[in-house]
Amino acid sequence: MPETKELILPSRIESVDEAASHAEKFAKLNGFGDDLISAIDLAVRESVANAVKHGNKFDETKPVEITFSSSADGFEISVRDFGSGFALDEIPDPTNPTNLLKATGRGILFMRSFMDEVEWFNHDGGGTIVKMRKKQ
Amino acid sequence: MADITISERQAGDVTILDLNGKVTIGEGSVALRTTIRRLLGEGKNKILMNLGGVGYIDSSGIGELVSSFTAVNKEGGTLKLLKLTQKIQDLLAITKLLTVFDVFDSESEALASFD
Repeated sequence: MPETKELILPSRIESVDEAASHAEKFAKLNGFGDDLISAIDLAVRESVANAVKHGNKFDETKPVEITFSSSADGFEISVRDFGSGFALDEIPDPTNPTNLLKATGRGILFMRSFMDEVEWFNHDGGGTIVKMRKKQ
Repeated sequence: MADITISERQAGDVTILDLNGKVTIGEGSVALRTTIRRLLGEGKNKILMNLGGVGYIDSSGIGELVSSFTAVNKEGGTLKLLKLTQKIQDLLAITKLLTVFDVFDSESEALASFD
């Protein structure tokens, strides 16, 4: 039986820890093991941090909407911001030698490395949604 | 409670930083940045960062390690890493930063490498 949890958090750094804490509890309740929880935790932190920083640009009037879904197939995370969007193909590859010493730009790489599927969509009502799935 | 504690030891002209806790977006990253800036201001530019007690790091924390590395290099110094947890080693491998940092498991070997 699929289970779902929804959160709406303000655009501030503290929301990263709060979202990760909810994700861990939800994943544990639904019987996920430590390795999967570790991957889910990192993906939630990186995606919520991106929504707060790059999407909503710390504008606390703009929320971050988060949904966790658990099923026999795995764990899904959806994170929506209310920013102006971004072009995925314009994000520099942080593993390119010319970018190795840059301080930022590794969050998407981590999300893709630790989750099985990661996709971005423009929401009809504005903002960007990232959907991620970790298979059970 | 703070996300991270950073303790400082001196071994000759090498400053050893023992990090315990989380190096993540916000407090953990800021604490590390502040410490490195202070050390460089005091002329201490040979730094060995012990990450054995770091249970968690995110992309912001990895970015702070890179910023520390470049800030120390800019001052003519050297920053090396000690005792990576498996998780941190995995993240540095994914980001190809293992090719950038000098990494040691043994403190004595790390200290000798500064000579």
